Amino acid sequence: MARDHDDLLRELGLDLDLHHRIFDTVDRSFAETVLSQRDRPSRMAYFDGVVREAHGGRVREIVGRRAAGDKFIGTFCIYVPEEIILALGAIPVALCGGTSLSIPYAEKMLPRDICPLVKSTLGLALSNTCPFGPVEDLAVGETTCDAKKKTWDLLARGGDFHVLEVPQKKGRRDRDLWLEEVVSFKDRLEELTGRRLDPERLAESVRLMNRKRRALARLNGFRAETNPPISGLDALVVMQGALIDDPARFTARLEDLNDELADRVRRGAGAASGRGRRIMVSGCPSVMGNWKLHALIEAAGAAVVCDETCTGARYYENLVEETDGGLDAQLAAVAGRYLKIECSCFSPNAERLESIVRLAREFRVDGVIQYVLQYCHTYNIEAVAVADALREAGIPSLKIVTDYAEADTGQLRLRIDAFLESLGR
Amino acid sequence: MAAPVRFLGLDLGSRTTKIVEWSAGAVAGFEIFDTTPDSIERVRARLARRDYALAAATGYGRFLMNAHLGCRIVTEITACALGARSIRPGAGMVIDIGGQDSKVIRLGNGSGAFADFEMNDRCAAGTGRFLEVMAGRLGYGLEEFGRAAERASESVVLNSMCTVFAESEVISLLAEGRDRASIARGLHASIVDRIYPLAARFETTGDIMMAGGVALNPCLVDLLAQKLGRPVVVPENPQIVTALGAALAVKAGLPV
Repeated sequence: MARDHDDLLRELGLDLDLHHRIFDTVDRSFAETVLSQRDRPSRMAYFDGVVREAHGGRVREIVGRRAAGDKFIGTFCIYVPEEIILALGAIPVALCGGTSLSIPYAEKMLPRDICPLVKSTLGLALSNTCPFGPVEDLAVGETTCDAKKKTWDLLARGGDFHVLEVPQKKGRRDRDLWLEEVVSFKDRLEELTGRRLDPERLAESVRLMNRKRRALARLNGFRAETNPPISGLDALVVMQGALIDDPARFTARLEDLNDELADRVRRGAGAASGRGRRIMVSGCPSVMGNWKLHALIEAAGAAVVCDETCTGARYYENLVEETDGGLDAQLAAVAGRYLKIECSCFSPNAERLESIVRLAREFRVDGVIQYVLQYCHTYNIEAVAVADALREAGIPSLKIVTDYAEADTGQLRLRIDAFLESLGR
Repeated sequence: MAAPVRFLGLDLGSRTTKIVEWSAGAVAGFEIFDTTPDSIERVRARLARRDYALAAATGYGRFLMNAHLGCRIVTEITACALGARSIRPGAGMVIDIGGQDSKVIRLGNGSGAFADFEMNDRCAAGTGRFLEVMAGRLGYGLEEFGRAAERASESVVLNSMCTVFAESEVISLLAEGRDRASIARGLHASIVDRIYPLAARFETTGDIMMAGGVALNPCLVDLLAQKLGRPVVVPENPQIVTALGAALAVKAGLPV
């Protein structure tokens, strides 16, 4: 990666050599998989910059905001209500790791049979290569899986940590519990920032996040076109950026990109992923640094046209209801929106199965690839019910279980190619 | 009279390379040789004879063949399914245990070559390579290994599925003075335990065929048939089913 920010990273006390060894490789992988695509929309340049500046410009910006008195909040899940963080003038950034290279540092502590996302994240923290760690005022974990819960306990030893209890069912008691959790999260943030949550500010951040989610939904809507104007890989890069960039700036630039995509649709200018078989990826997220599955699918001649993942529909679907009923009603509206997220941690989880079939039809997919990060038990086991629901709807599916390493790309390519052959490419 | 048109199927596997010639509706000839750093040269020499209409490559070396020799390519899954269907039209499922992976393919009645497939995880457990390593550890040749397992009076239960751990377990068992043949039988049973859940996921009424070099091991075929509670059919040359399918695929028309 560029060395423009070495002074900053050194000031933050990072292990600069190791940082560059890890992130030069991530950069190379980004260049080889994403930047090498043909016929990219020109306004993707901004989002490429979001990836490149994740450990540079974005960190510098956060350091500046902190100097002005704002707080920085690290998150690990799309269940953390960003509206509340933003309304208190704080900055949320998702810190999930997408590189295999930090995993050995986590394995010094964690058992090996833990999912790569958790290991990569902890590994960046333990190896002193995550620039967000030193500027973090509060980290927010949640209870969406056992590996994360127990990892938070370990991470909490190093600094301030707040855990949101995400319920495991969606009944009345669970909605009450979740609302309580959202309110106590607000209390914790008020204490941290020394600011009171102002209903006007909350209304503003709700409008901003709704605008952001609408813009993401519009971007994804273009992928439903017969000749999608943007590749699945590029759409993923935008989604990954959504989790770390400043929301107002991100949304403005996304609306510009959307205008370009609308124009490309009018001109019939498709992305390089083209008119091949239409694939939906469903299951685990692909966070920044991890472009592996999308790159493999699109290199095999298919197009990823929909993501039913945390870096996809789960993040942009459903808006917070804009209410003028006062702060309590606003918080209830925020909590309500988040409890609609269909994570595999819920039991029973019929709504997720219905959403998958609905999305598969909306995006007119030829097949679904279920993406399971190795050792993610909930998505792995729920894959059985998902495959059954899809079969009943007449939609073929394939399950891929893999981690971040490149060692199995030959086998994965075989499975993906065979799946595409079975769809009659 | 003009000679009949010939189609070549090339299966570049991790352990062996197979070449099948298809002509006038039948297998006109085949070769099987070890995959080595030079085996591509042997394939190149075969292709240089230019006595065929079209050739298709499959197996782990398929992209190489496509890049260097301009062959069309098809996956082992589709090729194996096409080969199995042509040998036995009533087949409902193929179990193909190769050197590096094992596959179970449900053929189905649809228009496609196959309906569904399952593969082993990425390690060598449950593959031909596992048998090879274990035979070596017990001091058997591959054929001898299968025959010894067949004759064994008992089967030692092995707990490790992993090739590396199973090897240590075998060393300990030998050190305890356990009978070599009984250990061999236990190793065969452990492969079958690995394949069974993949096959049992598919309901099928047609015949079950076994393909790949491991199908030449009668003990393994018997144990698998017992476990599945159904007969398992082995074709005359099980190693060439996939290469045959590649020849049939290119004959039927594969994109370049």
